[in-house]
Amino acid sequence: MTDFIPAKFCPGCGYPIVLMMMHNILKELNLNTRAVLGLDIGCSLLAWNFLPINTFQTHHGRVTPTMLGFKRARPNSICIGMTGDGGAYAIGMQSLAHAIKRDEPITVIVVNNTVYGMTGGQTAPTTLHGQKTDTSLEGNIDNPISGPEFFRPLAHKDAFFARSAVNEPKQIQEYFRKAFETQQAGHFSMVEIMSFCPTHWKTKGADTIAHLNELKETFKLGII
Amino acid sequence: MSEKKFISGSQVAVQAAIDAGAQMMYGYPITPATEVFTGWIKNKQPYLQTEDEIAAGFAICGAVLAGQKAFTATSGPGHVLMQDGLSMAEAMRLPFVLIAAQRGGPSSGTVIYSQQEVTLACYGGNGEGLRLVYSPCGLEELYELTRRAFNESWKYRFPAIVLTDGYTLKTTAVVDLENLQKIENIPPHALVPEDKIIHWPNIYTFEEELFEELNSAKADFENIADEVASAETIEVEDAEIIIVAHGIVGSSTKEAIKQLRIDGFKVGMFRPITLRPFAKKQLDKVIGASQVKKVVVIESSMGQLARIVRDELAPEIDKSLVSLHYAGLGVETQEIINQIEKITL
Repeated sequence: MTDFIPAKFCPGCGYPIVLMMMHNILKELNLNTRAVLGLDIGCSLLAWNFLPINTFQTHHGRVTPTMLGFKRARPNSICIGMTGDGGAYAIGMQSLAHAIKRDEPITVIVVNNTVYGMTGGQTAPTTLHGQKTDTSLEGNIDNPISGPEFFRPLAHKDAFFARSAVNEPKQIQEYFRKAFETQQAGHFSMVEIMSFCPTHWKTKGADTIAHLNELKETFKLGII
Repeated sequence: MSEKKFISGSQVAVQAAIDAGAQMMYGYPITPATEVFTGWIKNKQPYLQTEDEIAAGFAICGAVLAGQKAFTATSGPGHVLMQDGLSMAEAMRLPFVLIAAQRGGPSSGTVIYSQQEVTLACYGGNGEGLRLVYSPCGLEELYELTRRAFNESWKYRFPAIVLTDGYTLKTTAVVDLENLQKIENIPPHALVPEDKIIHWPNIYTFEEELFEELNSAKADFENIADEVASAETIEVEDAEIIIVAHGIVGSSTKEAIKQLRIDGFKVGMFRPITLRPFAKKQLDKVIGASQVKKVVVIESSMGQLARIVRDELAPEIDKSLVSLHYAGLGVETQEIINQIEKITL
């Protein structure tokens, strides 16, 4: 497939970086023909025709059970669920927790930009304390959830959990490689990628990068 | 050799799923559908007990995308949650098979006899009700319709719901499945192929794209109606009163008609076997017949079937329609006889 498909994401969105890195590693591991990408609903849905790998859209919060159903039916596939932080840690949390508890051999990529981007920037489970959003006009009164740290105790010892950020391409690729290898070894893997959302952060250029780097103080990068 | 067996409705449903070539069951325990799940497991079939019905529904969507015949069984509030996955299945034309055991109320106690999930099964999603809904009357038909649900779902790619009830699943009776077991299976096929790349949206950028997709699905649904829609009619040739009943109320109605005929009442029955698509042409023919004076819809709900009948009946057929409601209550033969005896033509 050589057709040029324009990105439909907002200018400055982090998703295309995540998708490109994911595709690089799938090609490197020679898994791109076996890969199946399921998209949660949220900004990830825009990736439905972005890459030359099998891709379909699901429902908001439901990509995890859909992909584990696919994986159980076709065990030699590499099943990847791509979701936002709201889909993963709010509406889809119950399914994600139980998929981890059962050590389902799928990979969940959570793109965390601390807001609900697709619906216009509402408070997410990852929104910082004090952060102003459309549903927290005076600033969020809660503290954010750290997904991988929260789920790690539920998981099998050989499951893989890590967090990176869209301005750390080498690290993202290293974690994706480990995540797909973990899936091939029969275990659950999850990589959270801190991403920028200039549209809803209402930031420009350097400020966007600066805010992403600030987020790393709350959401520590590394293997968890 | 005869294949007569003394078995329960749940065991019949499980046997039908096994014979249909079902490869996987995702389920969450809920009365009165639990025994379908545990019966499947006791037969050493592959399964996963999920954390809720939502996960079971979407796991089925994933499984059928990969080409696996997967199904679930649920009831009442679980049937409500299942509509999330069913809506995806309807929108993406996935062969999702559900055995829905109707129950009255949220639980507990009144979890046996009900026909209150008709609207939910037929139109419960955020879509147009493009799903196949079967309403079995008796255990042999439960078997047959479960087999049909798998076959027709994979053949036509619409989700299929076998809409039964707790009473039917808990009934134990002698059933003869020998002939029914000869039904040939339609094999599953991978909807996401292994040998080529597909990009499959469930969301459209433009209203026109969605409109076109929905119209195409609607046309397909209408085209299969002649093949799928079915109904049973009894004693309709000279009937002045037509009773319309489905599922378990159909059983009581059949008995009532025998007695009423002996007593001289010209009464017949139209029993839809499929609720979606509905046997509209047959309904029009039976009710439109010149000697028919009255239509009596009897059901264990507040008119959910009657609404479908009014909707499906050709508007030029102007017959008096009585809708009798026994919401969540068993409808016995004697009650039907009493009601018909009261009717003046």
